[in-house]
Amino acid sequence: MTAPIKDFAKRSNGYRAAKWSEPVVMQMTGTGRRGVVFEDAPAPALPGKSARKAAPALPEVTEHDALRHYLHLSQMTLGMMGISLFGTCTMKYNPRIGERASLDHLRGLHPLQEAETLQGVLEMYDNFSDFLCEVSGMDQFVFQAGGGADAAYTHACVTRAYHASRGELQQRDQIITTIQTHPCSPATANTAGFEVITLSLEENGYPSIEQLKSVVGPRTAALMVNNPDDMGIYNPDIKEWVRIVHEAGGLCFYDHANFNGVMTRLRARELGFDACMYMLHKTFGAPKGGGGPAVGAYGCAEHLVPFLPGPVVVKDGGSYRLDADRPQSIGRVREFWGNAPQVLKAYAWARAMGAEGLREAADISVLSNNYMDWRLAQVRGVSRSNPGIDAPRMEMTRHSVEQVTEETGCSIFDISMRMTDFGIDALWLSHEPFLVPEPFTPEAGELWSKEDIDYWIDVLEHVIGEAYADPEIVKTAPHNAAIHQLTSALDEPDVWATTWRAYERKHRKQMAAE
Amino acid sequence: MSRLGLIINPVAGLGGAMGRKGSDETDIAQRATAEGRVSQAPHRAARALAAFRAQSDAPVLAGPVLPDGDAAQAFGPGALTQTAKDTLATVQAMQGQVDLILFAGGDGTARDICAANETGIPILGIPSGVKMQSGVFARSPERAGRLSAAFLADPRRRTEMVEILDLDEAARRDGRLSAQLYTVARTALDRQGARQNPKAGSTDPVGDLDAALAAYVAEMEPDTLYILGPGTTMKALKDRLGGGSLLGVDLAEGGRLTGIDLDDTALLARVRGRRVRVVLTVVGGQGFLLGRGNQQISSQVLRAAGLPPIDVICGAEKLAGLTPQELTIDTGDPTLDGTLAGYWPVITGAGRKQVVRVVA
Amino acid sequence: MKPHPWMANSGGTAKQEMLAALGASSVEALFAQIPEDHYMKGPLDLPPQLSSEVALARHLDDMMGRNTVFPAGSCFRGAGAWPHYVPAICDEVVGRYEWQTSVFGAPTSDHGRNQAWFEFTSQIGALVEMDFVGLPVYSWGCAVGHAVRMASRITGRRKVVVPQVMDPERRMVLETYCEPTEMARHIEIVTVALGPDGCVDRDDLRAKIEGAAALYIETPGYLGVIDADPGELCDIARAAGAEAIVGVDPLSLGLLEAPGAYGATIAVGPTQPLGVHMYAGGGVGGFIASPDEERYAREYNTLNVSISQTREAGEFGFGLALFHQSSYGMRDEGKDWTGNSVYLWALANAAYMSAMGPEGFAEVGRLIMARARAAAEALNALEGVSVDLTQPVFKEFVARFDKAVPQVNASLRAAGILGGKDLTGEPGIEGNAALFCVTEVHTQTDIDRLVQAVKEAIA
Repeated sequence: MTAPIKDFAKRSNGYRAAKWSEPVVMQMTGTGRRGVVFEDAPAPALPGKSARKAAPALPEVTEHDALRHYLHLSQMTLGMMGISLFGTCTMKYNPRIGERASLDHLRGLHPLQEAETLQGVLEMYDNFSDFLCEVSGMDQFVFQAGGGADAAYTHACVTRAYHASRGELQQRDQIITTIQTHPCSPATANTAGFEVITLSLEENGYPSIEQLKSVVGPRTAALMVNNPDDMGIYNPDIKEWVRIVHEAGGLCFYDHANFNGVMTRLRARELGFDACMYMLHKTFGAPKGGGGPAVGAYGCAEHLVPFLPGPVVVKDGGSYRLDADRPQSIGRVREFWGNAPQVLKAYAWARAMGAEGLREAADISVLSNNYMDWRLAQVRGVSRSNPGIDAPRMEMTRHSVEQVTEETGCSIFDISMRMTDFGIDALWLSHEPFLVPEPFTPEAGELWSKEDIDYWIDVLEHVIGEAYADPEIVKTAPHNAAIHQLTSALDEPDVWATTWRAYERKHRKQMAAE
Repeated sequence: MSRLGLIINPVAGLGGAMGRKGSDETDIAQRATAEGRVSQAPHRAARALAAFRAQSDAPVLAGPVLPDGDAAQAFGPGALTQTAKDTLATVQAMQGQVDLILFAGGDGTARDICAANETGIPILGIPSGVKMQSGVFARSPERAGRLSAAFLADPRRRTEMVEILDLDEAARRDGRLSAQLYTVARTALDRQGARQNPKAGSTDPVGDLDAALAAYVAEMEPDTLYILGPGTTMKALKDRLGGGSLLGVDLAEGGRLTGIDLDDTALLARVRGRRVRVVLTVVGGQGFLLGRGNQQISSQVLRAAGLPPIDVICGAEKLAGLTPQELTIDTGDPTLDGTLAGYWPVITGAGRKQVVRVVA
Repeated sequence: MKPHPWMANSGGTAKQEMLAALGASSVEALFAQIPEDHYMKGPLDLPPQLSSEVALARHLDDMMGRNTVFPAGSCFRGAGAWPHYVPAICDEVVGRYEWQTSVFGAPTSDHGRNQAWFEFTSQIGALVEMDFVGLPVYSWGCAVGHAVRMASRITGRRKVVVPQVMDPERRMVLETYCEPTEMARHIEIVTVALGPDGCVDRDDLRAKIEGAAALYIETPGYLGVIDADPGELCDIARAAGAEAIVGVDPLSLGLLEAPGAYGATIAVGPTQPLGVHMYAGGGVGGFIASPDEERYAREYNTLNVSISQTREAGEFGFGLALFHQSSYGMRDEGKDWTGNSVYLWALANAAYMSAMGPEGFAEVGRLIMARARAAAEALNALEGVSVDLTQPVFKEFVARFDKAVPQVNASLRAAGILGGKDLTGEPGIEGNAALFCVTEVHTQTDIDRLVQAVKEAIA
């Protein structure tokens, strides 16, 4: 819980980030200390030139020092410890029960164990596939993809295999997407070898049917889209889109990254889609880990099941097996059968929610977002994307502080940085290219309390007030974080250093001066 | 120490209010004075300068007139002729003295500055004119000020090339709005959002466009005559074919250029009986595909070539900046324009196209 | 419905207050954008809600109890996920709620995690002796795939040479990354034979490397064999204008030469051995490293965290470098993608490597090799089992059986032991063969127990 901002100025116990003076671990060398020791064994005879000549330049610290160092660093990570309404990421509580269960039950399992020794985890996979099939209308889910983008890649590969099986792959070399679809769809389609055609938004906030028709044809391999988009706009023509693409012989993939608001109301299959993807580390409560391990659960209808990456969990009577004998399968997008701990955590989340919990979460996320819209509309200088569209938005809305920027010189970056001084993790702005200037995209979801949401908006309002009264304090923020704004030009070859080795080589002179 | 040059064209914008299509006529200042009109340029320059001052302490050398309020250092000719000569003299004096020329004016001012900007100092426009077809203008005075400050603060001084267009006065006198592509200029690269958050995925406008051009050249059909339009993007394409003109319309066939800087008469002669493709980019800042800066590719040429396929190559960032999200054609032949209007796939990268609505 | 423990606004009056603020009569009115005929047909038929943690925990425990977990010393299977010891501090570090739940944040707000990431890349760089390291990718196989695509973009070529004997899981991932041959932009995969010593045949490589974007080799290889001179292979590749991509087991690098020291131009490998449990395959991750030259750095698909100065003199921060991956040179094709990866495991890896230090890596390497050798010799001594003891191996080795491997493994399972991975029928494998994995977790007693169980299995 966070005390209301209204008291912030008066109180001395407002938020302050933890700050430890932690050196880079690479500086903790040459001490002769040990953090882990092993039994002695004789030095082996290594063939030819294979022996290492110089020991790796690694730290030498005690176990206690290693632990303290990383716990200090964890404390200097704001993340969800304050309030994070990071749009498109659907910030949820990550239940600790899933964490405990995966450590207790999964850590010692080998992925190549015989199926008879994996009955529990295979049952869980099968149960969860059934659960997601009921939610989406699809016929089979697989969990191999290591994230949402990897699931999009899976779809691009399934698309190749499907058209190849019909002898049409060379002809069907185009994948259609929209400018508001997550960049992973065009990127993975392109990596998979397709030409990507991106549709532009029109007045209603989405591309028109005429625009879609102008590019659909014999070269169409697939449509890859999300809906609603990140501006909170739902494309009501989506069924017609799917019909048009199907008529031309293409497949339709629903990127369900923005599922939270529509869950329990829509089924991708009933809208006609051939396949869809859920992000278990977003919508289904598994932790994000700052960027994985994640799971893009990929589901498809019967006609695409033969092409799924293997092995696939199959139920045979009362037991489960891993079916690897799948001649039409695309093979693997990643080794083994997925991030099992994340699947288990998501399964646990889903079971704890049930149908009524999912409905409640969808309701609350859309209600909270509209409440935010209503409050943000009263904040000086904040405007909403697609101002001509009055309908309530879905679970998130794109807003803009363009007016504030025009009037104060404080950009959305500055404002976001200043908000972290109040315990609010950096805002989600927008995918590039920016269609809305000075954008930000909060998503309240179902986790955060109304008080949290109010606090978040109060902070924004306070910071915008500061921008008008004292823009310097905003532009030089954060003042209350573990460190200050970065100043190095990290895209310059003689400046960037992604390892300590590189840093020492490039910046030795400067280090000497310090 | 970095320094900012600030050019304020005291007559910029006057023509618009007076029902003119620009303020380039030599006597515009006298007539405006007679009508009691005041240019908005000094005021808009002051807005830009305030935004600049909020982020930079760099000295500002201003001329030929000073912005409202702000104590910029006066620079340039002491006695004003109240014509374009004042601007030219100030720009000449700024050579070697400033790192960026910020100017308040329109397309005519941009042209004048380019004409006198012998050392190619990067320029950036504060939108203050009647005509602003060029790609050099920021979206608002404040943005121009902020971008100037960011540019001076950045040791890399990143720039991009943009086209400078201005109304074709001859066509205007015929009652047609038609812009000529006069030159290109270096402007400060707007990298706002350059390093926001990895979730945004990676976009690489320069690399994407470069890859698009490479792929396009690799797939050019040997027996087709290509009409290549003007502009910086097209110049990069022409360079892959061995050279060509920046501002003109060129022809290529069999993997090399076979005509440089041709007018519509020459094009007409060359296209007859050939299989033709046209390659264009979006010229300037206003989203024009045909009829601004590339009038040589006239309706007669297009008809004579049998209404050939038209390929458009343009960066995704530039498309995203269009408001509304559409491109415009104006060949002066409304029937042809109506035929061409529709949804066009624009090449934005190798293996990437974006569909954009094209209107007449 | 009771207020749900994970949804603050499901209890109390918050919903009514928000509806009142909006002047809306019901939540349903807020879904006005969705056309009527898009709504799902019929209600969801899902298993009953388990919102009580005790009920949920019981359900998970009951179901997961149907797995057979082989204790560390009883698991002799590797091949992409290996039974290594995970120091307790690694679990504590990755379990921290602060960064386990975080999304990206900013370099200032999420400073600690960014620093830990930089410490991951720095320590990998120290192990492989290369200056540029990206944040990890999904797996070793994905690292190979991205590295090959990098090499293809760098060289403008569309062929990769890989060992004929390669882990089929990794090989399948690579195939997915190289695209089917129907695609115009696919990368051809050509195999190079292994000699009788289990290493890449130099002459065959010279015959096949012409026109290749890259050579990909591993040392130790899929079957555990250490190449005596991987630098020679890299030289052959580079002389042909190809990139030399080398896959390494980071745990071997206390003993074995760093790829950066013998001319590899890209190094890849698994991260699971560095303090991450096997997790049924959910612990895998991969790294990519190279020299810090623009020709490599600008082709990374990964996120790259660089050390940086801040507004405060002498203070370090850590931010993204090359986020836009600007490539001003001519590139023939689009980039790969970036997305969620296995960044949490990078924190376990960082803690592991710093606790290990240079001496820990050397010590664990010696122990692994000694134990693997002891197991190989003992198995080879059995009638009906043979191991080629002339091949120097790190932690995995091939044992050949007179009897079919599934039968052997079934007997071992009955004795509580997870036997080697069945290689029978894989490319380059003759007869009945299994790949055994022996690491620092296996004691001499464990090895004795394995040997006894194998003896009984083949009797």
